[in-house]
Amino acid sequence: MIDFKLTDEQIALKETVRKFVQSEIIPNAHRYDATSEFPHDIIRKAWENGLMNPAVPEKFGGLGLGILEDVIMNEEMGAGCLGMTTSIAVNTLALYPILIGGTDEQIKHWITPFLNEPKLASFCLTEPGAGSDAGGLSLQAKDEGSHFVLNGSKMWITNAGHADLFTVFATTNKELRSKGTVCLAVPAKTPGISLGKHEDKMGQRCSDTRAINFENVKVPKENLIGKIGDGFKIALRTLDKTRTPIAAGAVGAARAAMDYSVKYSKERKQFNQPISNFQGIQFMLADMATKVEAGRLLCYQAAWALDNGQDKMGSYYASLAKRFSADMAMEVATDAVQVYGGYGYTKEYPVEKIMRDVKLVQIYEGTSQIQRVVIARHLLGE
Amino acid sequence: MNIFVLLKQVPDTETKIKIAADKKSIEKGDIKWVINPYDEFAIEQALKTKEQLKAGSVTVVSVGPDRVVEALRTAVAMGADNACHVKTDQDLDTYLVGKALAEVVKKESGQLIFTGKQGIDDDQAATFGYVAELLSWPSASMVVKCEVAADKVVVHREVEGGTRFVIQMPVPALVAVDKGINTPRYASLPGIMKAKKKEIKTYSLADLGLGSEAPKTSSSDFALPPERQAGKKIAGDAATQAKELVRMLREEAKVI
Repeated sequence: MIDFKLTDEQIALKETVRKFVQSEIIPNAHRYDATSEFPHDIIRKAWENGLMNPAVPEKFGGLGLGILEDVIMNEEMGAGCLGMTTSIAVNTLALYPILIGGTDEQIKHWITPFLNEPKLASFCLTEPGAGSDAGGLSLQAKDEGSHFVLNGSKMWITNAGHADLFTVFATTNKELRSKGTVCLAVPAKTPGISLGKHEDKMGQRCSDTRAINFENVKVPKENLIGKIGDGFKIALRTLDKTRTPIAAGAVGAARAAMDYSVKYSKERKQFNQPISNFQGIQFMLADMATKVEAGRLLCYQAAWALDNGQDKMGSYYASLAKRFSADMAMEVATDAVQVYGGYGYTKEYPVEKIMRDVKLVQIYEGTSQIQRVVIARHLLGE
Repeated sequence: MNIFVLLKQVPDTETKIKIAADKKSIEKGDIKWVINPYDEFAIEQALKTKEQLKAGSVTVVSVGPDRVVEALRTAVAMGADNACHVKTDQDLDTYLVGKALAEVVKKESGQLIFTGKQGIDDDQAATFGYVAELLSWPSASMVVKCEVAADKVVVHREVEGGTRFVIQMPVPALVAVDKGINTPRYASLPGIMKAKKKEIKTYSLADLGLGSEAPKTSSSDFALPPERQAGKKIAGDAATQAKELVRMLREEAKVI
């Protein structure tokens, strides 16, 4: 009735990502965190090994991998560096709207360049005044017949400074709320687009985060993905697919925090013995393990539902997975710093970075509170 | 050029080895199996050679039970063109493994072989020698650099003390590589998906004429190395410590 066995390909994929993380990501994570430089070299290598854009279907030249594969990959990458994971995985978030709402011609036109070169794309939904209330967009897309004219701004856009393509959500008429929304494929170099500064963040410091300003930006009608009024729907369907892999990144980070804690607790001696002998430490480690496993199971369940056409339950499970994994990773990372004591509070040891990095998972792609709202709505049948 | 890579699947380096009840083998139940790390260098070298020659193919061969197919698929995912599996559930000795591999290379018209200098499991470093001998090919081991032309191979062998031998061999030849020769590539995701669909050619020992061939060696006894004793700390001032150290070296360790 139930089977947790991964296929040979899924095992092989996990091994490759794990090797990649050990040789390329972990040795460089500390440096990129310190400088907050963008990890171009790592992203290029990730692309060369097929770790980017896994969801592009085979008929368009991609690998056509499912959510479960994305979950497996993100857990492994998250165990190395969540900042790099975000920058590598955000292409999936930015390209899904085109895969979901685009015609075959649009998919070929916009997606193929990403398979031929290590290019980046950004998903542009959040605005200074529209975060959790994503339906309340105010970026204006004025319909001028053959084209739209964009005016307004976007906020907290990942990879914005290095992207070639923006998938932009805007409104043709704010009063129509979600029914007035559009999804547009907008080349980053389009005249009238200007970028804000690279945000100096608490964690995930190497991933590039910026505001984008649109001033009379002309976007041809053929760049419209779906119809007028489809924008918000496409955004939500995209987030349904990416929420679980994001949660899996947090599971990976928590797993790393746990592994570091287990290792350190056996090395650190107090009262003439390793601190792993003390029940106070043992209980923390045992709780970490339970939480990590529970998070992974929620992710696998959500991925399974989404990969098997159970969209409604999949979306609900994805919120459970994201809510639990983000909060859980924050708890595990906080406890990991506690196991390390004073050393854990310094940048000489790896756990404080994990604590800073996972904090963001409670905020981005739907805060832990918004996930609870979604979960409660489902329960209450609204 | 038909390039062959001989690869062995070995327990992961982090495996805690347990000796089986018969004392002549190890317990295999919980082991995570990986490609012998030296053979990974051999795969990379074969792929590099093919890329440099801009022609030919790379075929990987392994002897063992069904699980070795996983190692072969990994090699295909890294870029090998073909894979051959000599399927057997027996624990063959190095002679029979060598003979099976040599027979496959003969049947498949191999022209150049890369393999690791030894398996990291039982470190016998014997199989490559058997294969070269049974094919009557020249061979070189501990190779840290290798250049291949259409009719010859030039290899650098590193020997103790940092000395390097440079050896030229005519093709066909066998090259057993050491670490440091290259950095193996990853099995890429597109490679993994391609490998999934790849047909793997299977041989039985009987197909290779080895159905009734007897091994030349057998294991008589396996034992784990003795557990390391805790170190001793000698107390007192320098003169007392030195005196006690000399006494211990003479009377306990019996080395002076």
